[in-house]
Amino acid sequence: MNSAGLISILPFALRGRPVTEPGKRRRTRLPSWLVSWFQVGPLALILVVLFALPTCLFLVVSFYDYDRMGIYPAFLLDNYRELFTTRATWRVYASSLKFAVIVWAITLFLGFNISYFLIFHVRGAVVRTVLFLLCAIPFWTSGIIRTIAWIPFLGRNGAFNQILMGLGIASHPLTFLLFSDFSVIVTYVHLFTLLMIGPIANSLSKIDPALMEAAVDAGASRWRTMVDIVIPLSKTGITLGSILVFTQVMGDYFVVRQMSGGQSASIVSMLSTQIQAMEYPPASANAMVLVIFVAILVAAMMKVVDVRKELVK
Amino acid sequence: MDNRFDVELVSVTKRYGTTLAVDGISLRIPRGTYCCLLGPSGCGKTTTLRMIAGHEAVSDGDILIHGENVSDLPPIKRGTAMMFQSYALFPHMSCLDNVAFSLKMRGVAKKERHAKAREYLDLVHMGGFAERLPAQLSGGQQQRIALARALINRPRVLLLDEPLSALDPFLRIKVREELKRLQRELGITFIHVTHSQDEAMALADLMVVMEDGHIRQAAHPREVFERPVSPFIAKFIGSHNVLRLNQGPVAVRADRCRLGSAEDGPHVHGQVVAVEYQGSMVRVAVKTDAGDEVSALVPDQMFYRKPAEPGDPATLVWAEQDTHALVEA
Repeated sequence: MNSAGLISILPFALRGRPVTEPGKRRRTRLPSWLVSWFQVGPLALILVVLFALPTCLFLVVSFYDYDRMGIYPAFLLDNYRELFTTRATWRVYASSLKFAVIVWAITLFLGFNISYFLIFHVRGAVVRTVLFLLCAIPFWTSGIIRTIAWIPFLGRNGAFNQILMGLGIASHPLTFLLFSDFSVIVTYVHLFTLLMIGPIANSLSKIDPALMEAAVDAGASRWRTMVDIVIPLSKTGITLGSILVFTQVMGDYFVVRQMSGGQSASIVSMLSTQIQAMEYPPASANAMVLVIFVAILVAAMMKVVDVRKELVK
Repeated sequence: MDNRFDVELVSVTKRYGTTLAVDGISLRIPRGTYCCLLGPSGCGKTTTLRMIAGHEAVSDGDILIHGENVSDLPPIKRGTAMMFQSYALFPHMSCLDNVAFSLKMRGVAKKERHAKAREYLDLVHMGGFAERLPAQLSGGQQQRIALARALINRPRVLLLDEPLSALDPFLRIKVREELKRLQRELGITFIHVTHSQDEAMALADLMVVMEDGHIRQAAHPREVFERPVSPFIAKFIGSHNVLRLNQGPVAVRADRCRLGSAEDGPHVHGQVVAVEYQGSMVRVAVKTDAGDEVSALVPDQMFYRKPAEPGDPATLVWAEQDTHALVEA
């Protein structure tokens, strides 16, 4: 093969620069600072317009005065004082946090084990893809529909109770199944387990299986291999999944309203009640507290695992 | 009990579904042997190593280490340690913790295991790198760490899976010498998988040539080189011409062949197809009239006294005693 033929099969990056017209290509290039701005620009614009500006607006409004007729510019701390001195606020935060911790623990357990199975036990690439799709396809329907779909299943005369009674396991319908903390948690777990599977499976897939063999070679049990090798190497995925699940549960509105039967409230539903009552300044204060609370939680998780450092690797 | 053999394979077989990866091989490795498993890719050499290590279950047959049947034991109970091709260092642990890992698994206290690990880091001349992460080391340095990690359990048999394949050629020769030195000093058996006959020749006390899941020849490299049993071995070892003569297939070493004339002794006629200058030797590739590709390694002085060009007719000659009869494959 002649040299021209050889060059044409090389990827572009490996070819030498053409020796002709040395200065011409450079002049047609955009300056590098402009290229960087074009790359960062779209996301920055979306974040500024849809997140930073509204947040600033809420921050300002949260200090305003209000009555039944409207809101009035002011700098009052009353909205915050009221929020923190109401028992309902603490109760709602405690209840949301309780749901978040329980759901986090369950989705972490499920997500880690499912991911581990998919990455290390499923040999064929086709089978693995099919199983991943089985996890993902339910997410093509809306979360609202998937939430409501639990109602006929868990209800008093629902499919699950009928199965239990049909098999003779229960003599009368179980009532705790629906409109309870139980049904809220079941729905959350169903909705959010995939958020754990994705990042954890991604981390696990980067682990060289030879590392686990090397651990076994050195006398590690299955459990020690897990604790000393697999979990430390997948902590980025675990952290990312945890952040996703935590923020989803803390920001939830629909599931608690539909599935708790009015027995629990969420932070956002409290907020929406205030908005419906046209109490915008307290709602803004409430939103600010939620944002700061979630930000502190996420920051704490990032502190444990430096996700940015791990992602660059 | 005095065992004369470190490792014995008794008709060991490995099946994956219906395909046979290793087909009933038997082998005895005497004490303190540097053994090389050599063969083209897919010949079953790595599978054999992994079965000895305990990372692959045997389908049939038995593996004995120091006379004890270890076929069903986990790796740590076999007294083997493996050095992986990719080194498989734990990326989140310092070199010291990597080396100390198996001691940690045995429940050795931190201070004690770190002291021991430092000893082994010194053994591989990596004492100054204890606190580094594997990613901060070069390939050669990573390999030393992997070696220290494998040796710290004082294995009876060290298993090396293509340990030199990731190194550049200069380093390869250096590390090769070091492996041999280490093996001599420790006096334990090394089993080293490779596809490079140079490596096996340089290192092995026992060279095991495999093909298609069978052992084709197992002997000292000199024995294999001077008396290859089959055309496959002669071709795989290299520097041999395999010719089909009236009495059957024979091997003649390329460095024992000359360009000459039919009166000089055994010979084949053909045509020069290539001439390669190799410094002290010149390799003359000849295509015989029967269509075989053969070559002669001629000392440079002798070649330039009577040079040949591609396209020239040539007669390859050798001495009668250099004809080595082969068993038809």
